[in-house]
Amino acid sequence: MAEPMRIRARLKEGVTEVHVLMLHPMETGFRKDDAGRPISAHYITDVQISVQGRTVLSATLSRAVSQDPLLYFRFQGGRVDDTIRVDWIDTLGERRTDEAQIQG
Amino acid sequence: MCAWFVPRPDPLADGARVGGRREALRFMGAALLASGMFPWPEARAAENAALAFGSGSLEGALKALGAVLDPSPRVRLAVPDFVENGSVVPVEVTSELPGSQTICVFSEANPFPLVARFVVPEGTDPYVSTRIKVAESCNIYALVQADGRYFSAVKATTVTVGGCGNG
Repeated sequence: MAEPMRIRARLKEGVTEVHVLMLHPMETGFRKDDAGRPISAHYITDVQISVQGRTVLSATLSRAVSQDPLLYFRFQGGRVDDTIRVDWIDTLGERRTDEAQIQG
Repeated sequence: MCAWFVPRPDPLADGARVGGRREALRFMGAALLASGMFPWPEARAAENAALAFGSGSLEGALKALGAVLDPSPRVRLAVPDFVENGSVVPVEVTSELPGSQTICVFSEANPFPLVARFVVPEGTDPYVSTRIKVAESCNIYALVQADGRYFSAVKATTVTVGGCGNG
C-alpha cells in the first residue's frame, strides 16, 4: 500500500491553492538495478482531484513525471473546511485516496 | 465503483512494441472504459491522449491529439534554463486564454515526449505546476487547448545529468 499523500489546500482571497504530493516511485521501466536487471515500469497514470464531489483537476501522467509527483494548482469557489479528495491509480492497478480540509 | 478506476497497464509490459498498434489499442480500450465519467468530447479527447502518450515522437504525439504548435504569448511556460538533475525539473504552465480546457507538457527528447495532460474544468485556473524528468537538453513545450484550438509555448532547457536512465 502506498504511503498517504500530502495534501495542502488553502483559501486566499477567494482562490484555493492546492499542493498535492503523491509518494510514488514513478519507475520508468528504463532503469536497471545494481545487478543489471531491468526494473519494471510502475507509475501513476491518472489523478483526479475533487472538492465536495466537484472535479477541480484531472491529470494523466506518464513515466516522465518525477518520483513523488507534486501538483500545484488553483481553483475558485472553495470554502474553508470543504473536503478536497485526491484519487490516483498506477500501472499495476494500485490506487490510493486521501482527503484534506481547505484551510483558511 | 467509478469507471475511472480502470488500471492502465504500462504499454511496454509483456514486450509490447513501442508505438505499436497493439499498445495503442490497449491504451484506447482503457481510455474507452474510463470515458464513462466524461462528457462525450472529453471521452474522445482522452482516447486521443492515450495514443499520444504512447507516441515516441513529438510530431506523433501532436498528431494523435489533433494538435499543432501555434506559439502564443498568452501561454507562458516556466522551466529553468539550466538544470543539474534531469530527473526533477520544475515546470509551470500558465494560460491567459479564455476557455482554456486542457494543458499538455512535452519534453522533446524523451522516449515518450508527452509527459502529462491536465484537464482544467471551469472554475479552475488554467495553470499547473509540477516536476518532470527530462532525458537530455532539449525543448520543453506547453500546449493549451482553448475553445477547441491549440496554442503553445516552448522553452529550451540544458540538462547536466539526464533524467531517464540510472544515476
